[in-house]
Amino acid sequence: MPENFFILFKQELWVIAIIFLLLLIKLKSKQLTVNTLLNGINILLLLNFINGFFFNEEGRLFGKMFVTNHLYVFEKNILNLSVLLISLQSTKWLENHKHIIEFYVLLLSSLLGMFLMISSANILMLYVGLELSTIPLAAAANFDLKRKTSGEGAMKLIISSAFSSAILLLGISFLYGCTGTLDFSVINNLLQQQPLHIAAFLLFFVGLLFKVSAVPFHLWTADVYEGSPVAITSFLSVASKSAAIFVILNVLNKMAQPLFITWHTVLIWVALITIIIGNLFAIRQQNLKRLLAFSSIAQVGFILLAVSTNSSAGNASIIYFILIYVLSNLAVFGVITLVSAVLQKETITDYQSFYTNNKFLSWCLCIGFFSLAGVPPTAGFFGKLFLLMSAAQGITYTILAIAALNMVISMYYYLRVVKTIFAKNENSCIEKISIPASNKIALIICVMGVLLTGILSGAYNYIISLQ
Amino acid sequence: MLLSSLIILPLLAVLAVLFCKELKQIRVVAFIGSVLQLGLVAYLLLGYNIVGALNFKHEGFLLEEDYNWFPFLNIHYHVGVDGISMAMIMLTSVIVTAGILISWKMKELSKEFFILLLLLSASAYGFFISLDLFTMFFFLELAVIPKYLLITIWGSGKKEYSAMKLALMLMAGSALIFVGIMGLYYTTHSFDLQTISQTVIDPEKQKIIFPFLFIGFGFFAALFPFHTWVPDGHSSAPTAASMFLAGISMKLGGYGCLKVATYLLPVAAQYYSPYIIALSAIAILYGAFATMMQTDLKYINAYSSVSHCGFVLLGIGMLTQTAITGAVIQMVSHGLMTALFFAAIGMLYERTHTRQVKELGGLLKAIPFISTVFIIAGLCSLGLPGLSGFVAEFTVFVGSWQRTETAYRIATVLSCMSIVVTAVYILRAIASSVLGPLKNEHFFNLKDAAWNEKLAAVLLLAGIIIIGVMPYLLQNFITDSTVNIIHHLNGSK
Repeated sequence: MPENFFILFKQELWVIAIIFLLLLIKLKSKQLTVNTLLNGINILLLLNFINGFFFNEEGRLFGKMFVTNHLYVFEKNILNLSVLLISLQSTKWLENHKHIIEFYVLLLSSLLGMFLMISSANILMLYVGLELSTIPLAAAANFDLKRKTSGEGAMKLIISSAFSSAILLLGISFLYGCTGTLDFSVINNLLQQQPLHIAAFLLFFVGLLFKVSAVPFHLWTADVYEGSPVAITSFLSVASKSAAIFVILNVLNKMAQPLFITWHTVLIWVALITIIIGNLFAIRQQNLKRLLAFSSIAQVGFILLAVSTNSSAGNASIIYFILIYVLSNLAVFGVITLVSAVLQKETITDYQSFYTNNKFLSWCLCIGFFSLAGVPPTAGFFGKLFLLMSAAQGITYTILAIAALNMVISMYYYLRVVKTIFAKNENSCIEKISIPASNKIALIICVMGVLLTGILSGAYNYIISLQ
Repeated sequence: MLLSSLIILPLLAVLAVLFCKELKQIRVVAFIGSVLQLGLVAYLLLGYNIVGALNFKHEGFLLEEDYNWFPFLNIHYHVGVDGISMAMIMLTSVIVTAGILISWKMKELSKEFFILLLLLSASAYGFFISLDLFTMFFFLELAVIPKYLLITIWGSGKKEYSAMKLALMLMAGSALIFVGIMGLYYTTHSFDLQTISQTVIDPEKQKIIFPFLFIGFGFFAALFPFHTWVPDGHSSAPTAASMFLAGISMKLGGYGCLKVATYLLPVAAQYYSPYIIALSAIAILYGAFATMMQTDLKYINAYSSVSHCGFVLLGIGMLTQTAITGAVIQMVSHGLMTALFFAAIGMLYERTHTRQVKELGGLLKAIPFISTVFIIAGLCSLGLPGLSGFVAEFTVFVGSWQRTETAYRIATVLSCMSIVVTAVYILRAIASSVLGPLKNEHFFNLKDAAWNEKLAAVLLLAGIIIIGVMPYLLQNFITDSTVNIIHHLNGSK
């Protein structure tokens, strides 16, 4: 064990420590009230988030299976932030739930899996992390025990992820067969433009595309999102997706450089189809969670378009976009979680004249949507333009124009919600919802983040400096 | 900091309004904010004239500020003004002040309303002073959402449909502009207007990029056939938003077509000139004839805007110095005139609760001030000498006549003929809605304009008359900048 083990592995160690602490509390939780417990957990998660900003070093562990550097630490910080925000937002929902500790244990195990997956320099480690990050989520998706759709969502999630893992494993075994190793850098040296190598890589890659729900591997997304409790939906659409994107970036850069031409072409087409299908299906949705499911599919399409260019500027733009995507999605989910916890309402028409009594929540929702749509002055504008800017390097004017015009389609369905919020209808008006302090803090963090990370160029410049 | 304060001032006003509680406070704060803008612009104008006089025929831009925003991507916050942007800034400040005055009595969600108006003005200023394409694009898109909200919340008629149509069409325009900007960026590795203008771009590449930029900005400037948001958007919007949309928003497009598309891609501009001319001649005639069929006063003005903005694009497409100067004057003149027209229509509608020409009549006897304003706006629209419309359209025609090719001549003549049609629909609207016998007895009890409405109207009227009587005031400093553009166009032949 190297001397700086505790520094290099500190983020994972923190998460593990919290998990064990929670399990200990579970053994004798009779004395703790719900509020104390939730506040305590939130403080722990806050410490966990802060922990990522100090004493960072670069290095390798476990026989070069685990790599960490400043960029990875930043990526993990984004995930930590999203977990913290989701936790703050779901207090209202958890207050009436018996199994608070189990919820957090599942969530944090999944987070741990994501950390391992991001830091992996070996396919084995990658696979372990991937499974660790998905399986707890399937259990968590079934957390609304009384709702049938919740169980259905969990079932779909576990089956589809098992299916995708099978394909992934097939790809991995082919890759091992071709190169005789599982180490990223060695594979990178040995891969060639041969049919077998390409097939092996593509199978492996398809497995990863399943995780980010790129079209045509997206069919599970909407149902799972709709069925799961909102907290899990937001975790799935924010944390899981970003982690999977980070891994794809990592794999393509570190392991598959010789096959650049192959995945460049594949990615452009997959991205284009993903954008178009995601947007077109989002138009027809009535349930907000389903709408967000399809909109997140479209967003992933934009990300994949930028991934296809394989440039360092592109990677910075992608990480920047993901940071913004996390913040703006959580601004939207923050409101939806609250409304769903208080009123059990989730369809768009329920939000008619929402603005009359809930001004703060309405603006949070609107700003979140504007950011997702890529409208200035929100950070989403910068994020999306930088993505397309880096994508523009490698694609033709036509593809760029199609992608840019798709922003118009996405604008339509986001504005449809905005319109409903502001529509005047005295009869079916949602009453004033009282906002708990933790939700308010989370929403303010999201909204301020969305408004400021773009205009103040600091965040982007910081990410550039990490590379 | 002088130029940036144009953007900061409205934002400060927004902040101030945010903390106001009562309606009175809100509107007073918003009004003070807009008056400060007006003062600042007057000060800038003074400064611009003095500096401009010192280095006569200066190249480039004045009062520049440069801040490296995203160093890695070479994105700067770079602002500066030349004569054309000065004219546009003046226009914006006048219309915003008038708009805030006109919506003095806005009761429903008044805080949000004034905040959105102020945001719109900040975005318009930002757009006109930007010398960096990315910053410019930022401000261009910044305006879309406030416009959408203004129409969808405070609008009338089929407001939700119109607001959505407007937002989506403008976003589509923005998307095309974005592709064009990307084309420029990856050719010259810069977003800076001056740097790009000094780079020689391969003519074939110019021909690819130009349509994206010109059509993109054309969406904003009501280029035929991308004008369809104009009638719906303008007529559904609340008065102040209509004034802003027709007065400033459409000018963003004209300005972009001139200063971005034409200026940066001169070879392509010459190549595509016949197509632009054809489309704008169609817009002029189509707009004029379509107006003839309208019975709603707002629709009349909205369709006539399509026709009048056609002159802007016609002037730009002709590529002669006089025509381009005329196009810029037309932007200012049409902005003031149409804002005045919408203000007058808004005032009429508030009192009579109808905008149908048939139901109005004889209002001159009941509400003389508003009716007079309405008549003057109409006369300016049809190009009566002494008002700004005449100066603008005359300059465009003279400039267009300088192109001697037959096709250009035909387009010029056809466009000229639209003036006759304009006279028909304007005079008819005036005759049947303001003149003649009073049709409805209730109209006798109507109150004439309040002080705020009078002030707004006088402000806009003053602009129209000053330009109409002393056009050289405006022409002088526009010409300096158009000379630059023409030099650039000819230099690259």
